[in-house]
Formats: sequence, C-alpha cells, structure tokens
Amino acid sequence: MAMAVRVCLGFLIVLLYSNFSTALYEDQVGLADWHQKYIGKVKQAVFPTQKSGRRRVVVSTEENVIASLDLRRGDIFWRHVLGKDDHVDQIDIALGKYFITLSSEGSILRAWNLPDGQMMWESAFYVSTPSKSLLYVPANINLGKENWFLVFSGGWLHAVSSIDGEIVWKKEFAIDSLEIKQVFQPPESDIIYAVGFVGSSQFSVCELSSKSGEVLKHNTASFPGGFCGEASLVSSDMLVALDATRSALIAISFQSGIINFHQTYISDLVQDFSGMAALLPVKFTGIFAMKTVSSIYLVRVKGVSELEVLEKFNHPASVSDALTLSEEQQAFGIVQHVETKIDFRVKLDKDLRNGVLKETIEMDPQRGHVQKVFISNYVRTDKSHGFRALIVMEDHSLSLVQQGVVVWSREDGLASIIDSTTSELPVEKEGVSVAEVEHNLFEWLKGHALKLKGTLLLASPDEIAAIQAMRLKNSERNKMTRDHNGFRKLIIVLTRAGKLLALHTGDGRIIWSLFFPSLHRSEACEHPSALNIYQWQVPHHHAMHENPSVLVVGRCGPSHDALGFFSVVDSYTGKERNSLKLAHSIIQVIPLPLTDSTEQRLHLIIDANLQAHLYPRTRDSVNIFLREMSNIYRHSIEVGKDMIRGYSLQSGCNLDVADEYCFNTKELWSIVFPSESEKIATTATRKINEVVHTQAKVIADQDVMYKYVSRNILFVATVAPKAAGEIGSVTPEEAWLVAYLIDAVTGRILHRVTHHGAQGPIHAVVSENWVVYHYFNLRAHRYEMSVIEIYDRSRADNKDVWKLVLGKHNLTSPVSSYSRPDVMVKSQSYFFTHSVKAMAVTATAKGITSKQLLIGTIGDQVLALDKRFLDPRRNVTLTQSEKEEGIIPLTDSLPIIPQAYVTHALQVEGLRGIVTIPARLESTTLVFSYGVDIFFTRIAPSRTYDSLTEDFSYALLLITIVALVAAIFATWILSEKKELREKWR
Amino acid sequence: MMRRSAEIIAFLLLFSCVLPSALAGPSGPGDGYTIAGHVKLEGATSKGFTPMEKSNSKVILNGGQRVTFLRADGYFSFHNVPAGTHLIEVSAMGYFFSPVRIDISSRNPGKIQAALTENRRVLHELVLEPLREEQYYEIREPFSLMSLLKSPMGLMVGFMVLVVFLMPKLMENMDPEEMRRAQEEMRAQGVPSLSNLLPGRSS
Repeated sequence: MAMAVRVCLGFLIVLLYSNFSTALYEDQVGLADWHQKYIGKVKQAVFPTQKSGRRRVVVSTEENVIASLDLRRGDIFWRHVLGKDDHVDQIDIALGKYFITLSSEGSILRAWNLPDGQMMWESAFYVSTPSKSLLYVPANINLGKENWFLVFSGGWLHAVSSIDGEIVWKKEFAIDSLEIKQVFQPPESDIIYAVGFVGSSQFSVCELSSKSGEVLKHNTASFPGGFCGEASLVSSDMLVALDATRSALIAISFQSGIINFHQTYISDLVQDFSGMAALLPVKFTGIFAMKTVSSIYLVRVKGVSELEVLEKFNHPASVSDALTLSEEQQAFGIVQHVETKIDFRVKLDKDLRNGVLKETIEMDPQRGHVQKVFISNYVRTDKSHGFRALIVMEDHSLSLVQQGVVVWSREDGLASIIDSTTSELPVEKEGVSVAEVEHNLFEWLKGHALKLKGTLLLASPDEIAAIQAMRLKNSERNKMTRDHNGFRKLIIVLTRAGKLLALHTGDGRIIWSLFFPSLHRSEACEHPSALNIYQWQVPHHHAMHENPSVLVVGRCGPSHDALGFFSVVDSYTGKERNSLKLAHSIIQVIPLPLTDSTEQRLHLIIDANLQAHLYPRTRDSVNIFLREMSNIYRHSIEVGKDMIRGYSLQSGCNLDVADEYCFNTKELWSIVFPSESEKIATTATRKINEVVHTQAKVIADQDVMYKYVSRNILFVATVAPKAAGEIGSVTPEEAWLVAYLIDAVTGRILHRVTHHGAQGPIHAVVSENWVVYHYFNLRAHRYEMSVIEIYDRSRADNKDVWKLVLGKHNLTSPVSSYSRPDVMVKSQSYFFTHSVKAMAVTATAKGITSKQLLIGTIGDQVLALDKRFLDPRRNVTLTQSEKEEGIIPLTDSLPIIPQAYVTHALQVEGLRGIVTIPARLESTTLVFSYGVDIFFTRIAPSRTYDSLTEDFSYALLLITIVALVAAIFATWILSEKKELREKWR
Repeated sequence: MMRRSAEIIAFLLLFSCVLPSALAGPSGPGDGYTIAGHVKLEGATSKGFTPMEKSNSKVILNGGQRVTFLRADGYFSFHNVPAGTHLIEVSAMGYFFSPVRIDISSRNPGKIQAALTENRRVLHELVLEPLREEQYYEIREPFSLMSLLKSPMGLMVGFMVLVVFLMPKLMENMDPEEMRRAQEEMRAQGVPSLSNLLPGRSS
C-alpha cells in the first residue's frame, strides 16, 4: 500500500514538474504582455533627401541608439543600440543611401544601409589623444567614382573610402599639437583645408592634397588674447572664434594663406552682455549663432571687421542647422516659447527680416522647454517650399511639427527610466460600473465555442484571427479600476529627464505625466533633478477616501551636498499635492516600515552631515518614531573607501536651531576591507516588502530545517583591486572574489567565502534566506552562478511534535540580532552561459509560490530560471526521498530553455533593470523590465494553480458535463432494462 | 566513453593549432590586435532567413565592453583589442550561440586561439555557428485524441467509462453468494436513491 502511495506521489510530482517553464503559445503574445520601443533623447538628426528615403529621418541619441524613423507616424523602421561606451559623435548621410556614424570618440566609423539598417562596413582608427572628432562628407559626392570621407579624431586626419571603409591615407597632427576644428573641401577643388588651433593662442591653416594627404601649405599665426577652442566656420575663407575669456569674438580670415585677426568685444555688439558666451555648432554661410546666458544671437559676418547682429532670441529657444534649398538659398528654423505655446519660424538667409513660415503650436506644458530643432523641407503642390520640424523637448520627447500641428510625438524619456514604483487603481464604486454590459449569453457561448475550436486546432485561419482579435479587445484588462486578481495597476516611473509617468499595466498607455524641472525651477534651485520615488501613502485602513500618493525626492544640483526637494504626487491624477524645499542635502532615503495615523509612510533622510531628518514633519510621526527608534539602524556602504559602517539613531541634532525632527546618528560598527586585496564590487539586500510564508522548510525524511530569515541581511561581494576591470585584463592567479553575508545591525559576518580566479561584473539577488550571485570564472573562462542558503541551527531541535504541543520549543523566543546566531550554510556553484545585465527574483503576495530568478541576459532577453535549479542540495545521485522532494539531479551548468524567456521573441534593448511586483493572485508576479525599451508581462512561477487560465475552455467543461449526464441516463436506462430482463427470466 | 572523449578534448587542447594569421594581427600604430571572425547563420537555419534578423545580430566582447554588428556577409571584427584572454558572445534572436574564449598571446604577437566555452571545442577558424535554434513559443499540439483524454475533462469521462464498464467485470468475479447478500442488505435499507442504486442495478 505504502509503495502504491509512493508511486502515485512520484507520478504526481513528475506530472507537476514536467513543465518547468511558464511557456507561451505564439497566439498568446500580447494577451498579458506589452512591449514599447524607444530610442532616447535625440542628439542629431539627418533627413535623407534622396527619393526613396524622403519619408524618413535618421537619428542618433544619447542612449547610443541610431535609428531610422517614419516621418509620417514616428514609428521605428530600424534601430541599433550600440555598446555602452560607444557614444555617437557625428552622423551624416552619404551617396543618398549610406548612413555614416562616427562613434567612440571618433575611433569607429560605420556605414549603414539606409533602407534596412544593415551594417555595410566598419573601420577603426587609432586614437592617441582624446579630442573632439570631426566627420566631413563631401557634399558634391557622386555615385560613379570613389569618394573619400574625412575623419579627424585623436590627432589624426584620415581619408576613408566610401566604398569599403578602407583608410586611403592618414596624416598625424598630434605631433604639432594641432587640434583641428574644421575640415572642408571647396567644391571642384583638390585641396582640403584643415583649420585649427595649436595650444591656446595659435591659429593654423593646413592645405592638404585630397589625393595623398600631403601637406601643401601650412600657415600659423598667433593671437595674443588666446582662444577658448570654439570656432565656427562662416565661409570657405573665414572663421569666427571665441577668445579665452569668452567675452570677445575673433574673426579670422585666411584667404590665400594670409591670416588676419579682428577682435570684436561682445559687449560692443549686444547690450547688457555679461558672463560668458558660447558658439552654437550650427552651419550657415556668412552667419553664426552665439549663445549667452539669456539669449541666442544670430550674427552676420560681412567682413573681417564687420559683424552685425541680425536677430536676438530670448531663452528658451533653439536654432536649427541650415537647410540648403537650392544652390544659393539656405533656410533655418527657430523655435521659441511664447507663454504656453511654442513659436516655430523658418527664415531664408537672403531675407532674414521676413520669415517664410510662422506657426504657433500648442505644446503639452509637461514637456518642458525646447532643446533642439531639426528642419526639413518638402515641395508643396504649388511648387513652394513647405517645412516640417523635428523638435526635441526637455523631457526627451520627440515631436514632428508640420502645418501648425504636432503630427506625432514620441515619449522617448521612457528610454531612460531611473526608478519605478507601483500604485493600485481606484476601487470600482457601486453604481458607476465602468464595465460595458456583458454581451448576451448566446454571444458568450459563441465566443467560447470559437475558443474551443481554437484549442482543438480545428479553427480556420479566419476564425483564429477572430479569436485573437477577441482576446486583444478584451476591455477587462484596460479598465481604470482595481481588479480582483490585482493585475491592473499603475506603474509609476521616473525618467532621467525628471519626468514622472504613470503607465497602465493593461496596455502600457500613459495615464498621466508630470515634469519636475519646470515645476521646481527657481532662483534658488536652478538645475533640479529628481532622484528616486517612494510610496508615500498607500491608504487601506484609515484613510480609505484618500488617493494614494508617491514621494519624489530630488536635489537642486548635481553635487551631493546640493539642497534637496520633496514632492508628493497623487497617484490617480498626477497632480502635485504638496512640495517642500528641504534645508539640507540628501545622501540616502530610508523608507521605514512605519506609517502614521493617515497612513503616510515615515521616511528618514540622511544628509551630508550624517544627520537623519524625519518626514512627514508631524507630531504624530515623531511619537511613532520615538517609540521605535531603538530598533532602527542604518548602514552606509562607502565604495571608494571600501568600508561599511553601521549606525544607530539618537535624539537631538547639533544644529543651531532646535529641530525635533532631526536626529543624530552614532556609529556602532564598521567593517574595513583590506584595500590592497579587496574592493567592494556589489552589495545587495532583501527587498523591504518581501513576504516570507514559512520559516520552516520540510526536507526529505520528514526532517525540518529552519531558514535564517532576517531583514537585516546584507550581501557584499569584493574583488581583487586588479580584477576590478573588464574580463581579459587579469590572469586567474591575480583575481579573486570574496562574498560576505553580513548582519547589518551588528556588523557580524555570518558567512564568508572566497572564489579564487573569479572576477566581476557581479550581479546578486537576496531573497528569504538565500543569495544568488553571478560572476565570471577566469579558470573555466565561463560565467558562474553561486547560491548560498543560510539556515538557523538554534531552532533545529524543534522537530518533535510533542515539544511543540507541550510548548517546550524556542520558536516564540525573540529573534535578536544581538544573540549569537548559530547558522548553517549550504552553497553550490553552477555554470551559466550568458553575460548578465540585470537580475531579479519573483515576488508573490503571500510568498507561498516557489520562486524564479529573472535574468536579463546579454541578448536583452529576460530568462526565468527556477530557483530549484539553484538548490545547493542538488546532487549527482539522489535518494528516493530527495527525488520525491523534487530536487533536480546535479548538472554542471544551468539549463537555458528557450520557452522560459519571459520576453519570448522580443528584446528589451539596452536592458538595465527588472522589477517584480506581486499581484493579488498568489500564483502570479508582474514583471516590468526597462532599458531603452520597456516590457511588461505577468508570470506564474508554479503555473496558475489558484485560478483557471484565460484560455480555459468553458465549452469543453460544458460538453463534458452534458456527456456525463447523458451517459448516466443511458446507463441507467440500460440497467433498468437489464434488471427487467432478469426479473422476467 | 566519457573518459575517451575527455582525453580527446585534452589532446585537442594540448595541440590546439594556431589559428591562421588572417584571424588577427597588429593593426595600425596602436598596441592592440584585431579579432576578425565570421558568423554563419544560413547554414543552420531551416526556416528561411530575413535580412532584418541578421542586421539585428550583435557580437559582444567581454560581456558588453564592446559591441559590434554583423556585415551583410556575416563578418565582424574588433579592433585594438589588447593581448589577454577574452570572451566573445553572439546575440542573434532565434539562435543559441556558445560564448567563445579568445586567447591573444602577448609573447607571440598575433597568435590567437579560440575555443567554444560550452563544449570546449577548439576553433581553427573563427567561424561561429549556432549550437541550436531557439523556439520561444510552445508549439500547439495538433488535435489528437490523446491530448483530449489527458485534459481534466477527458480524465473525468475516462474515469466514468472505467467505472461503468470495468466495475461490473470486477463484480462478476465476486462470489455470487456474497453478492446476493450484499444486494439484499441494500434492499433492506429501504428506498435507495438513484445515486447508490446505479452501480448495484447495473451489475
């Protein structure tokens, strides 16, 4: 009997675990997930002029993305995300079909095929001294013959063949310490002019042969005032530069080898000039643009000694590059703010007084100021020129403006999310049903019959399409109210530009947005930047009628001791509820597990003087805090000093003004790592909102192990200082990695393990009583993932039922960080194939569901890996009882099951973070991953054991019931007949 | 067998040939070397291949230190790579590539060795081929009676069928005397309901 039960149990286990992954069918794509593609803040944009590319624009962005966009809708045709250090410096279009990019400080030149984004060739230059790089693509390039691009970078001028990227010739200028500012080739000429500065006071002109790069002429002249390095070319023989103090303009003419200087003070040119000026890198003939603190000036150069201010635009404004309309006609665009609207003007260089075009466009105030503008023209039906402008706003969004309206906008700030949190949606109120009336029973049945056909694979393609449309149309998931399963939420994200956006988890649409810099900009706070978001108020008991709110913490400047600001934003409406200018700086924000009577969460802010400030500043919160103060500790990790310190809090601050909301910190402990052998690489802590269901873990043979569950566990990984760099820089003998588990209250090291021959980058997650970390093993030259599980041995005796019944156990004895823990540690390492960009662990509402690790791989996919694969108790030969427990036999590497990618066939380009949010349904976790793209899905690590899946076939259930009832009646009738026959016998 | 293959691997590792010099060489005045290779996707594919896929394939050096893209002919190169042991990964949607260990010797300039880290296979030429194709979606099983029977509904029906047709067979094996007694006992209990009648009657 027992054997049979075992067999049955084994069978059940096999059945349950036969499918490790929460795999997806292709037709389920888009049901629970959404994916949005972004490019980031546009740095440069070029409009192809050739016929085929007329409806596109190619751009490079600050996220190192190059992309081709559809001008009509703003969609991405193709896109490439370059490496993290491969910043794009210059872009251009050559021959009408190649998109040329110069990146990595001018050391890599690539040509891309314009229609499909295929890389055509790549060429690398040796860069000895970092300098500003230049790319010159001759305008009169013709298709038939070989043409050369000129690239100046790192002291070398290279001529590169346009066909295959071969370097035709190169010339070094670094020897003369000549830094070239402009390279150009007059049309129909074989001479290349290279102009630049030597040191800070000498101006130099080089004439080179375009065939061989041979220097034909080299003239140098010095200017006593010195140059600041900025220069703008106004014609083929004249340059305008700024002097070293940035307060005077120097017109330099270098016609036929004779260099003439003429200095003009800016204060003579414009009134009320103060401070410093800068030249804008815009290319016009005969005109240059100059930026001062308050305005942008357009200045015409009539001769060396004659400068004339054409126009002045007050900030915020932006001027576009010149656009060549015909041989002698150039146009440029200006965008300026006029109260809430923006003013877009296009002018021709011949006739600057009257613009060709003047449009006033309504722009969302949540987009901030205009940052950049790019214009392109099209020919209208009446043969006149029409203009459209691509406008980059302060929140990194990109808009196309044409005929006075915004044709499309891309919210590209979402490519640089820095923090996120979630908020529940409002409860559905009675009487105000948001749901549409459920269609009638017949339609419902028809729908299910169709779905049944789909599951049985009997449906025709048309019907499959109908099913798909029905599923995607499902209005349930896009409602603005809370649902029973907790799938519908708001994800509130903060972007690097300082914009707060709320995304609906149903389809990823933006519910509201709020732009902080424009809200907080003032005299005292010139460069406000938002740092983090926290939950401020999550009403559930006491303040049910209030809307939840989030706290945005920011600081007024880039430095650490800049004053901070606070802003509380309503999660439903996106309106700022209140804001506060802080009188201190912000180093660290500690959300406390305490709330006041209005459910506002208490936060401690540590300033640069290591003083703690309590918020919200109410009597109530101080009383609550003082009661708990002896239990509140903080630690700080000083990466540069390789030190970890722990602090406790004390009443009273040494401020001049008495402040009851200010507390002092007292150092309790510190751990100093030997700086010659260890360097802090990564730290990780448990998520503060993580729920642990049970402390006990029942293992094979009815034995119990107690997890060492502590909120204060801190994982620290250090590496050898030599091995702190990239892979390939050290030998295995010089590298090691030390992993520590530290109690953050007492500073006690619970466990320490050294991995020899290992180095970073290290990614770690801590959850419950375990930590998993990913690093590189130099000996095997493979990535490795290690797991450490930590168990409490002092409770190990509490196995006896009688002890529990009679109360002779120590389970209720208080857990204190000060009592010496008696811990047992189990660990194991496995190989993992890929590099990792981010790592997270699933979180569920009650912590019952088994966990999965979410690993963001180098291919920008997110892999779900069962924690059971990272069980330290995995063994080569498993006993019968261990098999029943579900332990997987030991393998040296972790499996990569393609169906286990939660991102399925999509990529979250530039992946940087993965966030898991528990749904109310215990089996389900919401996963939000972000990078350049954003992706959301929900996963069930142990499949949805607590609810029927969406594609559950009700029709099949109905049919089964009908069949069963029919069978019952049939057999009943049969048996009646049989009985009758027997009675007659 | 295992030992045998291990020996072969060791042998290969010992005598791993120097890759053709075309693979690498000092480039320009810099102190680095060039790693040039070829990614083969066409050979492995069975489902046809769109140019879009290839243009989105990346080759990654040392876990993201540098990223390059494939040219139309599948070639890629990294320039100015210092001597040392490096790791190359290929990211192409739909394919699983093994990372490649690249050793650039500092003593013998230009001597480069390459090996797959997943199966330790030594590459004589830096031609990277996917180990396998990746299928990200579960494939819907074509309609079959088995799948229907395996579903909970199918199991319910199956169980019922089992009870209806197999139980009487079991009953038949019972002692007829005992059977009669049991039936009488049942009758003695009074008017039976349909549910407890059914199995008795059907026998």
